[in-house]
Amino acid sequence: MSQAIFGERVQRKEDVRLVRGRGQYTDDIQLPGMLYAGILRSPHAHARIKRIDTSAAEQMDGVVKVYTGRDLKGRIGSIPTAWIPPDSDLKAVEHPALAYDTVRYVGDGVALVIVTERALVEDALEAIRVEYEPLPSVTDQMAAIQAGAPLLHEGAPSNIALHWKVGTDTEAAFQGAPVVVRQTFRQQRLIPNPMEPRATVAQYDTVTGELTVWATTQNPHIHRFLMANILGIPEHKLRVVAQDVGGGFGSKIACYPDEVLVSYAARDLGRPVKWTESRSEHFLVTTHGRDHVDEVELAGTQDGRILAIRVRAYANLGAYLSTAGPGVPTILFGLIVNGAYDIPQASSEVYGIFTNTTPVDAYRGAGRPEATYLIERIVDRYAQEIGMDPVEVRRRNLVKKEQFPFTNPFGLTYDSGNYHQALDLALKTVDYEALRREQEALRQQGKYIGIGLSTYVEMCGLGPSQVAGAVGFQGGLWESALVRIHPTGKVTVFTGASPHGQGEETTFAQIVAERLGVSVEDIDVVHGDTDRISMGWGTYGSRTTAVGGGALALAVDRVVAKAKRIAAHMLEVPEEAVEFQSGRFYPEGNRDRSVSLQEVTLQAYLAWNLPAGVEPGLEASAFYDPTNFTYPFGTHVAVVSVDADTGEVRLLRYVAVDDCGPVINPMIVEGQVHGGIAQGVGQALYEGARYDDDGQLVTGSFLDYAMPRARFLPRLETLNTVTPSPHNPLGVKGVGETGTIASTPAVVNAVIDALTPFGITDLPMPLTPPTVWSAIHAARQTGGAS
Amino acid sequence: MAEERVAIQLIVNGRAVRGQVEPRMLLAYYLRDELGLTGTHVGCDTSQCGACTVLLDGLAVKSCTVLAVQADGCHVTTVEGLAEDGQPHPVQQAFQEEHGLQCGFCTPGALMLSAWLVDHHPQADEAAIREALDGLICRCTGYENIVRAIQRAQALRQETAEPLAGRAQGGVSR
Ligand code: FES
Ligand code: FES
Repeated sequence: MSQAIFGERVQRKEDVRLVRGRGQYTDDIQLPGMLYAGILRSPHAHARIKRIDTSAAEQMDGVVKVYTGRDLKGRIGSIPTAWIPPDSDLKAVEHPALAYDTVRYVGDGVALVIVTERALVEDALEAIRVEYEPLPSVTDQMAAIQAGAPLLHEGAPSNIALHWKVGTDTEAAFQGAPVVVRQTFRQQRLIPNPMEPRATVAQYDTVTGELTVWATTQNPHIHRFLMANILGIPEHKLRVVAQDVGGGFGSKIACYPDEVLVSYAARDLGRPVKWTESRSEHFLVTTHGRDHVDEVELAGTQDGRILAIRVRAYANLGAYLSTAGPGVPTILFGLIVNGAYDIPQASSEVYGIFTNTTPVDAYRGAGRPEATYLIERIVDRYAQEIGMDPVEVRRRNLVKKEQFPFTNPFGLTYDSGNYHQALDLALKTVDYEALRREQEALRQQGKYIGIGLSTYVEMCGLGPSQVAGAVGFQGGLWESALVRIHPTGKVTVFTGASPHGQGEETTFAQIVAERLGVSVEDIDVVHGDTDRISMGWGTYGSRTTAVGGGALALAVDRVVAKAKRIAAHMLEVPEEAVEFQSGRFYPEGNRDRSVSLQEVTLQAYLAWNLPAGVEPGLEASAFYDPTNFTYPFGTHVAVVSVDADTGEVRLLRYVAVDDCGPVINPMIVEGQVHGGIAQGVGQALYEGARYDDDGQLVTGSFLDYAMPRARFLPRLETLNTVTPSPHNPLGVKGVGETGTIASTPAVVNAVIDALTPFGITDLPMPLTPPTVWSAIHAARQTGGAS
Repeated sequence: MAEERVAIQLIVNGRAVRGQVEPRMLLAYYLRDELGLTGTHVGCDTSQCGACTVLLDGLAVKSCTVLAVQADGCHVTTVEGLAEDGQPHPVQQAFQEEHGLQCGFCTPGALMLSAWLVDHHPQADEAAIREALDGLICRCTGYENIVRAIQRAQALRQETAEPLAGRAQGGVSR
């Protein structure tokens, strides 16, 4: 394969339409006779619905229909979760699409209006009168499990949705340990906020009985699968389409009540219906992320050897179980709390807890940022405790190159790695020694900079289907690809993954171009349509390239194998004696004669003279099931300054060394890392969802919820090391989440490092000026650095 | 309640358009729903995200903060009208070259803001660019490549001719 396309900074094919404003996002769809939907949402965190009066709304001009929860009870099934962790005693409580009896969080849907114009939605919603009987509510997971706390669901005593334990026996290690460090970390609730709000357009064909649903989803086939059951529509009569999707970050995985309701109404009324959430609505009802309280204990020796880690996590799951909600704080978190370190004993215990809050599900990284945060933070605490440089502690405990494949205490097999190499490259890039000297010199002047590290590993590229089954995910996690070479030699690729910003229309074309010797322009990648792609599992968990790309590579190989048989026939040589290079077939060792792939393709379709037993046409599909996850890793270093008088943290420098195996398109990989870092920095310094005592979300807009802006960030420096994964045909590892996973602890470690002279060892995120200032102020009162 | 409609006329991407709109209709929705110019996106309801940014008489404004009736008699340029004679505007080219977009949702607004910046502040340094981007929220890129794209567009602009904002002036008077 000589063409240097794999590894090139090929400009994105999708950008051609996107920079011209010609993307097709769900809300862009206009259909003749289309109606608009709006959902009335509970203003109470917990209440009984006593009465709903829809009569005024129903009499308004332009109001076509109003549905309440009682109207729909029995017609629309409960919104299910799709992840049931084994041995977790999961309480799969009912989640009605519209509440008919009790509302359980601010935003819970109580009525659906269908109107003729977008502007009428608000008018109609305002005209509905609901009488509530407010009930006591609880939003904090630690409060929710106390005796006497308000109960959300009858079937879940003490509001405990799940209780799950895994790992080895750590007791002996802690008993005899010379050093034990304990810390409770609060990993605050975040709001994913992709810039495109969620939307759904549904159209029912009254003749064929087919329902088409355009939706902002990361996984249209999972949506079809779930919605077919919820709505009782035969799966072959349901088409789910995700055209351009404006980011997801996990929040567009879940099957929500909203898209189910809109689909129901479209079928019921026989007219197309559009629903688009407002940003305010997004804050309230689109799934949130994180929200953990983690009690962490680390046992170690005086000379920096970690002996054991023990974690007890309290994960807030919100009012109902979201599609992947139960899997995030268990499987995606608990199995990797030892991080990139060779720790002999480790255990995780997780409580998933119902509260009167928005359901919590995956948010970029999903479980792995939480695990990485606590291990990277506790390792720094340990280093401080034994008076060792955090770099040195890491060096002593990181899994060594020769230990791969490495089995962690939870039974995960880390595929490949060279963690020390990434660490060394990062340290060299920032000039760690010089930074430490500078830090010391500045401290003499009363100025505080901090250096923070995160030497992370991530499990991603979800994943082997057998493992999916073993961990209770109600689906397979293989991926499909179909490669079709058209008679003229142009190529269409169909993938079951569903990229929404990650650029696979380009990287997948690169994979095919490299293998077929066809130019990238002549290859189109089709995704996100259940009618065009038979089956697939979508885009999340950094799986698209590792798993979807794997399927694609296999499919291309099958196409080439068939083309080779035809080429051999055309060249009149045995098949084994045909070589394929840069789009041409040659007799072995003879470059004088050849036929092009294009000529072979034409013959495949003309079929005038095919070898015996070869069918006409030239396409192949593959269903690729990986044998393991992939484990990207790296070292991120953050350098911050802290203004001791104002508490303001400035990010001065950020260096990321990531290893995701061979890089198909460096430009796209860098972009993924940049965006991930910004989100992780957001958690460390700016973002945090808050509820007040009545369960009102007080951070319900971009005015109250601080999203990272350009001026908050420095230049982001990205570097790579390359350690291929042995587990997929391309050797690639996922890179969509590494930035988010690595950056939060790197930044917090840097801030705490800066605050060492004040004796501050931990602070709750986000590290806003008031938080930092208060801690400094308190330290000064008691005689810390002056 | 539905309100009485008001007649407006404006020039959108160089083309005269007339319409009847409710006084409460926002320019963003007028462009999207009435004119089918769906390149202009709506990402929030508090005028924070900038996805809806267009040029109104040459100035970058958030079209969700402008009523359609306020645009009566104005020149509006949306992302669909950003290319000059079929040639991409330097910011469009630069965003492609520098990977200044991922999901593309903030991109129309990012492009319009950048076009204004590049045309009016061709010398803006990195700090000034980051400051100017304060009206834009991009969740995908970490802004790194948006900043690089703007710098690249500044360079491209120097090599080429007339700024876009110049073109948008004149025509219908207010
Ligand atoms: S939609 Fe106009 S600023 Fe967000
Ligand atoms: S590219 Fe997705 S929000 Fe900016």
